[in-house]
Amino acid sequence: MTESLKLTVDDQKDGLAVIYTDGYINNQGGEEIARVAYELIDKGEKNLLLNLAGTKIVNSIGISILIEIIEKMLEIDGKLAFCSLTPTIEKTFHIMGLAQYAGIYPDEEGAVEDLGS
Amino acid sequence: MQQVRLTLPMIPNMELTASKTACAMGEQIGLSPDKIDEVQMAVVEACINAFEHSGSSDREVRILLQVLGTDDQPRGLQITIRDAGVGFSPDKITRLRAEETLTAPRKRGHGLRIIDGLMDEVDIQSDSEGTTVVMRKMR
Repeated sequence: MTESLKLTVDDQKDGLAVIYTDGYINNQGGEEIARVAYELIDKGEKNLLLNLAGTKIVNSIGISILIEIIEKMLEIDGKLAFCSLTPTIEKTFHIMGLAQYAGIYPDEEGAVEDLGS
Repeated sequence: MQQVRLTLPMIPNMELTASKTACAMGEQIGLSPDKIDEVQMAVVEACINAFEHSGSSDREVRILLQVLGTDDQPRGLQITIRDAGVGFSPDKITRLRAEETLTAPRKRGHGLRIIDGLMDEVDIQSDSEGTTVVMRKMR
């Protein structure tokens, strides 16, 4: 796992944009995810999926930024969902109650089926 | 008993050094991969809390990682993280949930809740000379 987060985006899926993370989600990583997410929102995307298959550690500052993205999605009546989490990150998201506001899917296929149009 | 001592400056990503050391020690004593992941996340959170909130003038965190039990029969991992900051009252810290953070301006009250949820035992001692977090993960 590299220390700086790398992101790639697939906005070609029907009704859904997927952001792929690779690395540690700390404050800088969270802010980079937010920047990319807000760009996608500005382009009209209302459903975002964060695929965390490449991330092993998320810290609480990164989580607080993810919560800000959830707030933004709620404002625009959109959805933010997560997939491919490690068991520990999924447990952490449940500890923090994020699952009440954002869907958590085992894999991207299931998320796309549920969220895509 | 095997142990490793680290003194880390409070600079970005230094928490990963502690996390990687915990990972290596966990692997050595046969902790499961999921338990090692939990220890790593908790260590990161404890370091981040010290970095962000301790108000320590020396800007250092002292970490002691210890194998519990014997070399032949390790029982788990104990990690002690100490800062020389201004301290706080653990009872007065609000462990915010997401529904609270969605309406409250404060959004960094997550760390202790995460540590509590991921580790088997957590003890926090804090006074005006600093804060010590002791956490354990058993095999």
